[in-house]
Amino acid sequence: MSRLEGRVALVTGGLRGIGLATAERLAQDGAKVVVSDLSPESDPTVAEVLGRLGENASYISFNVAEEQGWKDAVATISERYGRLDVLVNNAGIDGTGKIHEMDFAVWRKVQAVNCDAAFLSAKYAYALLKSAGEQTAGGASIINVSSVMGFVSFPESSAYSTSKGGVRLFTKAAALEFATENVPIRVNSVHPGFVETPLLTEGFDRMVERGVAEKAEDLVGLVATSTPMNRLARPEEVAAVIAFLACDDASYVTGSEYVVDGGYLTR
Amino acid sequence: MAGKLDGKVALVTGGTSGIGAGAVRRLTEDGAKVIFTGSKKEPAEALCAETGAAFESHRVQDVEGWQKLSDRIRSEYGRLDIAFANAGMEAGDGSVEDVDVDNWNRIISVNQTGVMLTIQNAIRIMKDNAEGATGSIIVNSSMNAKLAMGNFVAYSVTKAAVLALAKSSAMHCGLSGYKIRVNSILPGVVATDMILNIMNAQPDPEAARGMYEGMHPMKRMAKVEEVAALVAFLASDEAAFISGADYSIDGAATAGTMGV
Repeated sequence: MSRLEGRVALVTGGLRGIGLATAERLAQDGAKVVVSDLSPESDPTVAEVLGRLGENASYISFNVAEEQGWKDAVATISERYGRLDVLVNNAGIDGTGKIHEMDFAVWRKVQAVNCDAAFLSAKYAYALLKSAGEQTAGGASIINVSSVMGFVSFPESSAYSTSKGGVRLFTKAAALEFATENVPIRVNSVHPGFVETPLLTEGFDRMVERGVAEKAEDLVGLVATSTPMNRLARPEEVAAVIAFLACDDASYVTGSEYVVDGGYLTR
Repeated sequence: MAGKLDGKVALVTGGTSGIGAGAVRRLTEDGAKVIFTGSKKEPAEALCAETGAAFESHRVQDVEGWQKLSDRIRSEYGRLDIAFANAGMEAGDGSVEDVDVDNWNRIISVNQTGVMLTIQNAIRIMKDNAEGATGSIIVNSSMNAKLAMGNFVAYSVTKAAVLALAKSSAMHCGLSGYKIRVNSILPGVVATDMILNIMNAQPDPEAARGMYEGMHPMKRMAKVEEVAALVAFLASDEAAFISGADYSIDGAATAGTMGV
C-alpha cells in the first residue's frame, strides 16, 4: 500500500509511543517521514528509529514549545524535501498534581508543549503545507493528537485536560479558517483512550510512588476494565486513524474529532 | 488498496443508490463479499452486475423480512463481519408544527427502528462467527444530528437518536465480551442522485446548489466515494480499537460557524 507515495510527513515526539508507531505507519504507506523529538541527533535511539523508517527518513531535534524551534524545523524540512503534506502534532507531556500544589511553571509547560505547539506548527508550517496541499487531491493534513481527556477530566489532571481540550478547539478554529479561505489544509484531532505507551507507564509509576496504587499493573488492569473493550490500545491502532486522516481517503474530513478509545467515552 | 477487507462479508442496507451504493462499490473493491438491501430492483441488478455483490429485496422496517435475510446470509456466506446501517428517508417530513403524524411514524420506523433492527440482527449473526463474536457495525447518521433542521423534524430527531443507539449497542457488545464494534458516521450533504434531483427540481437549481454547498466551510458537498472511504476504514481491522465513536465527515460544517 503506498497511498502516501511522494508525500512528506513530520511527526513530533516520534521516537517512542504513538509518535513512533505513526512514523512507522506513514513510512509503510509510502511517505518520507521526518521525526522530531528532544533527543540530540547523536542519541543511538535516533539512528535505530531512522533505520526502521527507510532511506528517505530524517530527524530534527527541537522543542515544539519554542517558536524558534518551529521556524528552524520548517526551514530544514523545506530545504531537505521542498514540501510538507502531513503534520502530526504528537509530542506531549503529562503533569499531574493538585491545583493548589502545582507550580505555575509546570502548568505553563504542559500548555506550551501540548497546546501552544499546535498553534506554532500551524503558523510556521502554513506556507509549506498550503503549497503541498495545492498539489494533491485530498489537500495537506494536520493531525493534532489530543486525548479522551480533551473531553473529560480526572482529579489532579487539570493541566493535562486543559491542554488537550485546548488543542481540540484550536483544531476546529484552524479547520474553519483554512476551509473558508480555500486553503487546502485539513485539520483534525485524534483522541486516544488509554494506550500502551511509555508516557502511560511512567505516569502510573509516579502514581505508585505517590501511593495511589500498590503496583503499576493494578492501574493497567483498572483502566482496562474501565474501557468497554476491556483492554488498552496498541499504539499501532492509533497510528491507523492518523494515517487515514493523512491520506486522500479523508479528503472531506476537516474540523472533526476522531475518538479511538475502545468505547471509554461512551460509558 | 484491494485486499483490506478480503474474506469479510458485509451487509449494506439501502444499497441501491446514493451512499449505500457507493459503500457497496468500495467494500467490494476492498475485497469484501457484499449483500445489500433495498426496494429498487433495476438499479440493484445493475449494481450486482457491476460489483459482483448480491441483492435481497427488503425494507429495513420489515421485521419478518429480517429473518429471511439473516437465514440467507447464514446459508450463503456462513458469517457476517460488517453491517452498514444506511437505509434512511425524509419524504413527508416537515416542521414540528406541520408534520403529519403518519409521516413522522413512517420516518421513525425506517431511520430509527430500521437501524435498531439492523444492529440487532447483525449482532445475532456476528455472534455465530467461527472465531467468536466479531464484527464492525457502522450507522449512517448525519450532521443534522447536531445541526437540527427546522423543516425536517423527524429526520433530525432520528439521526440524533441513532447516535445513542450506536453507543448503547457499543456498550452492550463491549460489556458482553463481544469483539463487535459499533460506530456512527455523520456526513454533511452528499452529492447523491437524490440530492441532485431535489436541487434540480427547485425553481433556481444553481441557487439551490449554492445553498447546499454553502452549508459547509469547504464550500462543496461530499462525494459519495469520500463517505464510502470512511465506512471502509471503520469496517476494517485498522479500526480495531474504535467503538462507540461518532465520526463527522462534513467539510467542517459542525466545527463551528463561518463567522457571526
